[in-house]
Amino acid sequence: MEKLLAILREINPDVNFETEEVLIDGGILDSFDIVTLVAEIDDNFGVQIPAEALTAENFNSARALYDLIRRLEDA
Amino acid sequence: MAFASYSFLIFLAALLVVYYTVPGRVQWVFLLAGSLLFYLGSGWQNLVYMLLTATSTYAATRLMERNQRVFDRKTAKLRNRGWLLLCLGLNFGLLGVCKLRLTFEDLLLPMGISFYMFQSMGYVLDVYRGSQRAEGNPAKLLLFVSYFPQLIQGPISRFSELGPRLLASHPRNEEQISFGLQRILWGYFKKLVIADRIAPAVAALRGPEHTGLSFLVLTVFYAIQIYGDFTGGIDIAIGVSETLGIRLPENFVRPFFSKNTAEYWRRWHITLGAWMKDYIFYPVSVSAPLRKLSKAARRRWPKFGKRLPVYAASLATWCCTGIWHGVTPNFLLWGLLNCGVIVISGELTPLYEKFHSRFHLREKGWYGGFEMLRTFFLMNLIRIVDLFPDVGEYFRRLGSLFTSWYVPFSDLGLTGLDYGILFLGCMLLFAVSLLQERKGSIRELLWEHTRLRYILMFLLFLTVLLMGNYGIGYEPGNFIYNQF
Repeated sequence: MEKLLAILREINPDVNFETEEVLIDGGILDSFDIVTLVAEIDDNFGVQIPAEALTAENFNSARALYDLIRRLEDA
Repeated sequence: MAFASYSFLIFLAALLVVYYTVPGRVQWVFLLAGSLLFYLGSGWQNLVYMLLTATSTYAATRLMERNQRVFDRKTAKLRNRGWLLLCLGLNFGLLGVCKLRLTFEDLLLPMGISFYMFQSMGYVLDVYRGSQRAEGNPAKLLLFVSYFPQLIQGPISRFSELGPRLLASHPRNEEQISFGLQRILWGYFKKLVIADRIAPAVAALRGPEHTGLSFLVLTVFYAIQIYGDFTGGIDIAIGVSETLGIRLPENFVRPFFSKNTAEYWRRWHITLGAWMKDYIFYPVSVSAPLRKLSKAARRRWPKFGKRLPVYAASLATWCCTGIWHGVTPNFLLWGLLNCGVIVISGELTPLYEKFHSRFHLREKGWYGGFEMLRTFFLMNLIRIVDLFPDVGEYFRRLGSLFTSWYVPFSDLGLTGLDYGILFLGCMLLFAVSLLQERKGSIRELLWEHTRLRYILMFLLFLTVLLMGNYGIGYEPGNFIYNQF
C-alpha cells in the first residue's frame, strides 16, 4: 500500500490519497494520469491492468486500486 | 423524419398517447415499433443497414457469450477474437464505405449511422470483455440499436445504462413529461431561432473573398451555429426521451465556460469522448506492443519513454475522432490539432504553475473570463477546419487574419432584424447558461412557480413559432451533426 501511495503522490503531490474517495468522479485524476499510473503499477508490482478494469470503481480511491492490484496478483 | 417537422410532432403525440395507455411491461414493444416507423421515414434502404448492424451485433454477442459459458476466460477470449473482429470489420467497414460515398459521390449517410453503429459496437466490445451480458431477445437488442431520439445526432449510450431503462415500465409522470416538453422547446429555440438564422451568414462567409477579420467573424458565427444546432438537437433528443420516462446521458455541459482544452473536451460531445476514451484510448495505452515499446524507450529516454503510452494513445484516439467526423484530410487535421493542443498543454503544465505562482493572475476576477475567451477562440479556430476540405485554404485564411478589417455584415444574407434577434437570443442563452452554472437545473427551480413557468414557456413557444427560421431555400430540419 505504501508503494502505491508513493506512486500516487508522485503524480499529484497535493492530494491526500489516504483519505480521498473520488479520485475519478471528482476529476482529481484524469485519463492521462491513469495511463501513467498503469505503467508505474506494471513496473513496481509486475501487474498488467487490462483496459476493462480502468473504471471509476477501481480507481476512485487508493484502497480500491490496491484491491484491484491484489486481485490481479492472485489471478 | 426530421425533428423540426409537423409529422414528427404528430408522431410523438400519438406515441405518447399509446405509450402511456398500454401496460408497462409491453411499452418497450411499442417503443420499438415507433422507432422503426420513425426510421422508415428516412427510407427503407437505411433500415436495411440498421438491421444488418443489429443482426451482426446479436449474432456476435450470442456466440461470444456461448464461448464464455463453455470455456475458461483465456480460451473464450481467443475464440471470441475472431467473432469480434468479424463483427467490427463488417460494421466499421460499412460505415467507412458510407462515409467514402458521402465524400466522393455525395450520397447521404443513412440517418444516425455514426451514432447507432458506435453505440452497438461499444456493446459488442463490452460483451467481449465480459463486462456485459449478451441480450438474449433480438427484439430488445433491436430497440437499443434503433431507439429513435438518438438517431439524429446521439447521444451515444451504453447498454448497461440504457438497456434496463428502455425495457422497464414507465408510469405516467407529470413532472417528467413537463420537463421533457420544456427541454424540447428550448432545443427548438436554439436550433430554429439561433442556429438556422445565422446559417446563411456562415455559408456566405465561407466564400473565398472573405479573408482577414471576416475569418474571425466566421469562426464566431460558426461556433454559434454549431452550438445552437448540436446542443439544440441534443436537447430535443433528451427531451423527447424524457417525455417517455427514459433518461439519456448528457452530451454537453455549457462547454463555452471551459477554461482550458482538457475541460472543453469534458464538456463538449461528452458521449463521443467517453466512447473514444473507453474503447480506443485506454485499450491502446495498455496494449502489449505499446508497453514493450515504452519499456524499450525508457532505457534511452526515461522521461519520453514514460509518456509514450499517453502520446501514442492520444494520437490514435484523435485520429479516430477526426475520421469519425469525416474521411477528408481536413477532419484528420482537426483531430491532430486538438491532440497537439492537449498534449502540449499537458507538458507545459509545470511551466504554467511556475508562472501562476509568480504572478497570481488566477486571483484576479477577470482572469477566469480571459481563460474562457482564450479557450473559446482556440477551440473554434480549430473547429472551423470542418468547413475547409481544402486544408491549404484554411491556412491561407488563418494567415490573412490581420490583413484586413472590413466585414460586410450587410452582405451576409441577414437583415438588421436578424442580427437583433441573434443578439438577444445569444444573450438569453448566455444568461440561462450562467444561471445553470451557478444554480443548477432551472426546470427544477421553476417547478414550484407554476404561473411563472407557464408564462415563460408560452413566451418561448411564441418566440420559436414567430422567430424560428423556416426560410425558403434552406431545410430547417437538417442538423449539422446528422451528416457526420
